[in-house]
Amino acid sequence: MASILRILPISFEQGLVYSLVAIGIVISFRILAFPDLTVDGSFPLGAAVAAKVIISGYAPIWGIVLAVAAGFCAGYATGFLNTRLKINSLLAGILIMTILYSVNLRIMGRSNIQLLTYHTLFTPMESLKISRFYLVIPFFFIVAYGLKILLDLFLHTDMGMAMRATGDNEQMIRSLGVNTDRMTLLGLGISNAFIALSGALVAQDQGFADVGMGIGTIVAGLAAIIIGETLVRAKTVRAFTLAAIVGSIVYKMIIAIGLRLGLAPTDLKMATGFMVILALGLPVLKKEKEGKLHLRGI
Amino acid sequence: MIRLDHITKVFNQGTADEKVAIDDLSLHIPSGDFVTVIGSNGAGKTTLLNLISGTYFPDNGAITIDGTDVTRIPEHKRAKYIGRVFQDPLIGTAASMSIEENLAMAEKRGQKRGLRWGVTKAKRERYREVLKRLELGLEDRLRDPVGLLSGGQRQTLTLLMVTLSIPKVLLLDEHTAALDPKTAHKVLQLSREMIENYRLTTIMVTHNMQQAIEYGNRMIMLHEGRVRFDVTGERKRNLTVDALVKSFGAVLKDETLLTAAQ
Ligand SMILES: Nc1ncnc2c1ncn2[C@@H]1O[C@H](COP(=O)(O)OP(=O)(O)O)[C@@H](O)[C@H]1O
Ligand SMILES: [Mg+2]
Repeated sequence: MASILRILPISFEQGLVYSLVAIGIVISFRILAFPDLTVDGSFPLGAAVAAKVIISGYAPIWGIVLAVAAGFCAGYATGFLNTRLKINSLLAGILIMTILYSVNLRIMGRSNIQLLTYHTLFTPMESLKISRFYLVIPFFFIVAYGLKILLDLFLHTDMGMAMRATGDNEQMIRSLGVNTDRMTLLGLGISNAFIALSGALVAQDQGFADVGMGIGTIVAGLAAIIIGETLVRAKTVRAFTLAAIVGSIVYKMIIAIGLRLGLAPTDLKMATGFMVILALGLPVLKKEKEGKLHLRGI
Repeated sequence: MIRLDHITKVFNQGTADEKVAIDDLSLHIPSGDFVTVIGSNGAGKTTLLNLISGTYFPDNGAITIDGTDVTRIPEHKRAKYIGRVFQDPLIGTAASMSIEENLAMAEKRGQKRGLRWGVTKAKRERYREVLKRLELGLEDRLRDPVGLLSGGQRQTLTLLMVTLSIPKVLLLDEHTAALDPKTAHKVLQLSREMIENYRLTTIMVTHNMQQAIEYGNRMIMLHEGRVRFDVTGERKRNLTVDALVKSFGAVLKDETLLTAAQ
């Protein structure tokens, strides 16, 4: 029991960093109703960009800025394939995700960059020799919660409402004069900017970027938002973004506890996959009207 | 106000499912006209409205609205001219968004949408006032998602949304067909009031011949993508359902139309 308690702060911290992924998925899956699979590529993209910038000797903050920009471009590219080239939304995401694998290798120049000996965003905090609990965790909390609030605000502006309506009722909002393609492009850009930011922070926090670190990100993120929405009973936009954060933290804790109880790390992705299948499938088996996720384009 | 010149629209061109929905159709609707449109199922009524709104582009011909050639202008850029109520009550509103948010989005029809707060206090108060006039009790439910409303309430709301930003052209596509008779009547009255108050150039598709005769100053009948009958003024006022059925019974095989005639 005591050992479980000891891992909780670590999973809390991880949950906060990864909650940016979950928030990104809320934007694509929930707000835009666009099943965007770019995630598994844009997450390591953020990590790769940040790592490359840092080992090239620039300030870590530039790594963050460029990672966010790169993530935006990745989402925009998926949106472009879907809206302009009329490629199915799932396939568009898979294509960009696959392309990003090569892009990430090119950016890093190799499959793995270690950052432990470099000056990262967290080096100043860690050098203070104060428990992570009082510095790094509040930092992640402020980043995650602050961005959540900013996103909530955006989604209640004229433009943000048009974006939500694009996912809700495309025909209606187009007849009200909104270029829904542009909303999809912008939304996917923002979504993947969040996800790449998460990748950039994770790389610096754990001390390395790896080309394979994105595998399963989308499924883990979906698991997080499903857990969060169940706990928060999310109906409004603010509740959805809150659910992403809560769900992400709880998901990481469940995983940590599972590992402690003997779940093999190699079975982690399988366990997460089954979790999502269960959450999506149970309502259908119980003959509820609608599954949990409303998807567009499939 | 609206001018269609030799418009043709073919769906699934070159396949076994090829369908000429609009066939070399020309139509001029002067400003302030209230045109009712009848025609059997598949006559091309909805397609006609979709071509005017820009949902589809025609294969041939030109469309002018208020002196501007809009033939190749996408739907979202035409929106500033056009208010629309669809047949399906679910299409006119965003279900997951609140009543006030739907109203605020409609108020911005055709305008630039920036980073200003969507539903301000002032707007909310104004919406409360206009909703009161509908007498549906919606003024107390401004923050409820529209998905909780009935079809009739949603259709009434869609109509109200049109009035928040007065369009040049109003397109109504069997907008009362899915409603119960009482609600249908109310929505129809509201439409008429609105059209008269703002002198809106209107095209109203209806399945009900009596309505088509009773409303508007002009009636056209579509058949197989062409205007089969076009009547205005005195002649329209003197029309009866019986006379219509007598002349066009063979063309209007449509059951609903004929039952509406009895
Ligand atoms: N998007 C579409 N794709 C293929 N065929 C269509 C489409 N829209 C309409 N049609 C066909 O065009 C014809 C006219 O349809 P429509 O304008 O909806 O008729 P109405 O509204 O008069 O009942 C019908 O035969 C219909 O099947
Ligand atoms: Mg129709």
